[in-house]
Amino acid sequence: MIVTLLLISSVTFLLMQKLPGSPYGNEEKLTNVQKAVMNHQYGLDKPVVVQYLYYMVGVAKGNLGVSLQFGNQPVSKIIATRIGPSVQLGIQALIIGTVVGILFGIISARFQNTWLDTSTSLFAILGGSVPNFVFAVLLQLFFAIDLKWLPIGLWDNGFASSILPSLALAITPMADSARFIRTEMIDVLHSDYIELARSTGVDEWTVAFRYGLRNAVIPLITILGPMVASLLTGSLVVEQIFAVPGIGEQFTKSILSNDYFTIMGLTILYSTLLVIVILIVDILYVLIDPRIRLIGGTRDE
Amino acid sequence: MSETILSLDDVHVSFDSLNGKVHAVRGVSFDLHYGETLALVGESGSGKSVTCRSIIRLLSKNASIDDGSILYEGKNILAKSQREMRSIRGKEISIIFQDPMTSLNPTMRVSKQIALPMIHHLHLSKHEAMKRAIELLKRVGIPNSEVRYKDYPHQFSGGQRQRIVIAIALACNPKLLIADEPTTALDVTIQAQIIELMKDIQKKNGTSIIFITHDLGVVAKVADRVAVMYAGKIVEIGTAEEIFYLPQHPYTWGLLQSVPTADEADEELYAIPGAPPDLIHPSKGDAFYSRNPYALEADRYYEPPYFQLSPTHFAATWLLDERAPKVEPPPSIQRRYATFYKKHGGKP
Amino acid sequence: MSKTNVQQVPDKYFTLSQQSEAEENIQDTQPVSLSFYRDSWRRIKKNKGAVVSLIILLIILVIAVGSIWFSPHNPDTQQVQYSFLPPKIPGLHINGFNGYAKQAGVWVDVYKEKDVPSSVYFYLGTDQFGRDLLSRLLYGTRISLLIAFSAAFLDLTIGVPYGLISGWLGGKADTIMQRALEIISGVPTLVVVVLMLLIFPPGIPSIIMALALIGWITMARVVRGQTLQIKNQEFILAARVLGQRPVKTVLGHILPNLSSVIIIQTMFTIPEAIFFEAFLSFIGVGMRAPNASLGTLINDGYQTFQFYPHLMWYPALIISLIMIAFNIFADGLRDAFDPKMKG
Ligand SMILES: Nc1ncnc2c1ncn2[C@@H]1O[C@H](COP(=O)(O)OP(=O)(O)OP(=O)(O)O)[C@@H](O)[C@H]1O
Ligand SMILES: [Mg+2]
Repeated sequence: MIVTLLLISSVTFLLMQKLPGSPYGNEEKLTNVQKAVMNHQYGLDKPVVVQYLYYMVGVAKGNLGVSLQFGNQPVSKIIATRIGPSVQLGIQALIIGTVVGILFGIISARFQNTWLDTSTSLFAILGGSVPNFVFAVLLQLFFAIDLKWLPIGLWDNGFASSILPSLALAITPMADSARFIRTEMIDVLHSDYIELARSTGVDEWTVAFRYGLRNAVIPLITILGPMVASLLTGSLVVEQIFAVPGIGEQFTKSILSNDYFTIMGLTILYSTLLVIVILIVDILYVLIDPRIRLIGGTRDE
Repeated sequence: MSETILSLDDVHVSFDSLNGKVHAVRGVSFDLHYGETLALVGESGSGKSVTCRSIIRLLSKNASIDDGSILYEGKNILAKSQREMRSIRGKEISIIFQDPMTSLNPTMRVSKQIALPMIHHLHLSKHEAMKRAIELLKRVGIPNSEVRYKDYPHQFSGGQRQRIVIAIALACNPKLLIADEPTTALDVTIQAQIIELMKDIQKKNGTSIIFITHDLGVVAKVADRVAVMYAGKIVEIGTAEEIFYLPQHPYTWGLLQSVPTADEADEELYAIPGAPPDLIHPSKGDAFYSRNPYALEADRYYEPPYFQLSPTHFAATWLLDERAPKVEPPPSIQRRYATFYKKHGGKP
Repeated sequence: MSKTNVQQVPDKYFTLSQQSEAEENIQDTQPVSLSFYRDSWRRIKKNKGAVVSLIILLIILVIAVGSIWFSPHNPDTQQVQYSFLPPKIPGLHINGFNGYAKQAGVWVDVYKEKDVPSSVYFYLGTDQFGRDLLSRLLYGTRISLLIAFSAAFLDLTIGVPYGLISGWLGGKADTIMQRALEIISGVPTLVVVVLMLLIFPPGIPSIIMALALIGWITMARVVRGQTLQIKNQEFILAARVLGQRPVKTVLGHILPNLSSVIIIQTMFTIPEAIFFEAFLSFIGVGMRAPNASLGTLINDGYQTFQFYPHLMWYPALIISLIMIAFNIFADGLRDAFDPKMKG
């Protein structure tokens, strides 16, 4: 946990030292004197070790340095103003994605090897295969440009602005959870206890939802970590395409402009987020059902 | 007592598999009477479970019941819709599976698992069903059922779980109970307790039971009649006494020889030689032919019919044909014959 | 009660039978157990989706590689005077594929407008620099595939040994190696890749390295898990007891048993690498001009998307097709190798 984060921030820091190019966008126009002044101002003229210590102490205090590009704003402030839209999109996408995915997975499993299974599975494969930026552009073209139902982009229309980007982001978790639940549910539907439930005369839907659903869905938390990670990735392109002023869009901008401190800050933020999600998954694992620990154990080994 | 609750006639069941059609059940016929226990024995893969699952029509998707009829209380089970079947399953006919460790839903309270069939079939209120569930738990011998009804399956021992499975099966007072190796996964003392429980229930409710098992010791304890299955067929059927003391089919002989008994402890334990038969290309003669030390040429080419030995005793082997040469059964079987005649008189 | 008529059985058959060896043998061997791979192959052939996907992939692969020698135009030749030409396919007279494009509501022959000789065809049109889209697409596909296959190969060379060693050694070494994996996998792949790309000089090798860096972890996990399972099986124990050298046991007995798992995992890594490469190029940190990959083509197309949508659709279509085919084929492979997954 802490080790992971420490390692990440240190490695990030070291890598940044090796970064080619200069953080000052308008490099050509700067004289050497100006550069020296700026380097001094940002502490970039000190020995690397000193810079490192400064930085790490700062990070521990929640100070991520200042952006070298965006009007000298503190990185933490940039994050604060931009995290709202990203979190909203992420949560909406995760909810839409998993709920729809679970439904699809159940339908697939329940009608295994019928046309309904084939079509839902195909849909899930499409969702998992078509790159989400292509999907995002499709959504934008169809619902915003052609039908004009929803805004093309920007974040100035409240909830309406969030619909298309959420959908675009949701496609990956949707596909992932649909495939995952399908396999889980097929396993569950072939299990002894479901056989016993059938032998008491309950119908297939009751079997699937009342007896099977919980057993199939609980293991879904094991892929929550990877799903969140892929949402992070997705947010970069989706926020860019829909011009959402979020973290992902900022990250892309910072990368393209060599904005050291912002890149580092966001890297640490992303890693922290993922580490927290993994931690939550671990806790859920233990809390939800002691049986899960057994299953998890046998599944991993 | 002698009225028939269930009657199977020439039932055939097959499965589609990658290597071809598996003929798992090839013409099974038997009658079951009210309040009676019929034991179904035979080696692994002989089609015992498949036969029983056909009775409640709970076979996997690749299965088909190709031929024959199954009458439950005079009505043809095979003609019923899935919907009608659901109103029979759990209410009229219940089934208990082999492994109590996997038979219970791990994420559902045990009381709910018992209550749901009652809500479904008897239209009880949740509260009422829950009350009955607690009573049932007590009846199958779960101590502190007033407290433990809230527990999940993993909080119970194997024996207790099998009791809970029995409680689920009994929830709606079925007339027929099918127990598919209910005690195989349990240790010996627990086995005995579960068997006592089932006999007790049978006495109180008059339930008919089909009891599947590998264990002839268990058969001796529970069964009124015994059917011996081999390669998807019943090769011999009769009262428990007839099967144990007057067995006629060489396969039954083999089975009996492979059980250790007290009076022949010094004798070497017997194992039937050879491999189980191929059910994809069943032989046209007697399926046991190639493993049968007493095989006749007729067994090779012709399927033996049932020869009747008493009103209740039938065996399918050409050895019983009048033209067949007289063969001497193995010594331990002859001793069984002797025991029988000593008790009942009759031919030496 | 039975179908056999007792009378019809000839008397001569009522003699004890001597079962011949041959017959017993037939009985014993008849449930033919096909070898594992032949069985799997048979199963996969039954899976129509997987077969079609495999064929599509092979076709794409052959065309992409073949286009090294048979490209309709040079993918890098810029002819600015021919920019944004619509598709024109000889013999096809459907608007949209005949050099006509809709301008202010009317179909106009753009090729005539731009003075393109009538013998010149751009099957899929041209981009803003007048480069032939089809040629660029073929070239881009080749590069994307090259990157993906190389990354997957690197995955193998890191992930498989790591997993094998970790699983085989077990105990403390395994624990340490697993901890290390855990720590690394706490870092979002996105971050790893982006950082790698920032540091290394831009270009194909850096992208391959960066992609391999994220892919090997899963491979190592999968291989370790399987190794742990297999190593306790009897034939391995026997080899150990007989004093076979560990390296020989691992290479001779364990690795072959892992091959199906490794193949399946690779089939999943390749599309992932294709996606990631496209993703990176799309946000602008991947491939640099004048190199093209499916990602850069989509990105280029996206810039002029509102007016010339086909510039984005074709590369988007190809990448989707490749991804879908790979995923379906990989799913099919998994089901075929592991039949219990599919009931
Ligand atoms: N779903 C299925 N698909 C294909 N074959 C099957 C299926 N279920 C059962 N069989 C075959 O049917 C035959 C009979 O199986 P069954 O389960 O009835 O045996 P059994 O007598 O109950 O054995 P056991 O004592 O091991 O439980 C076996 O050869 C088995 O391989
Ligand atoms: Mg069975």
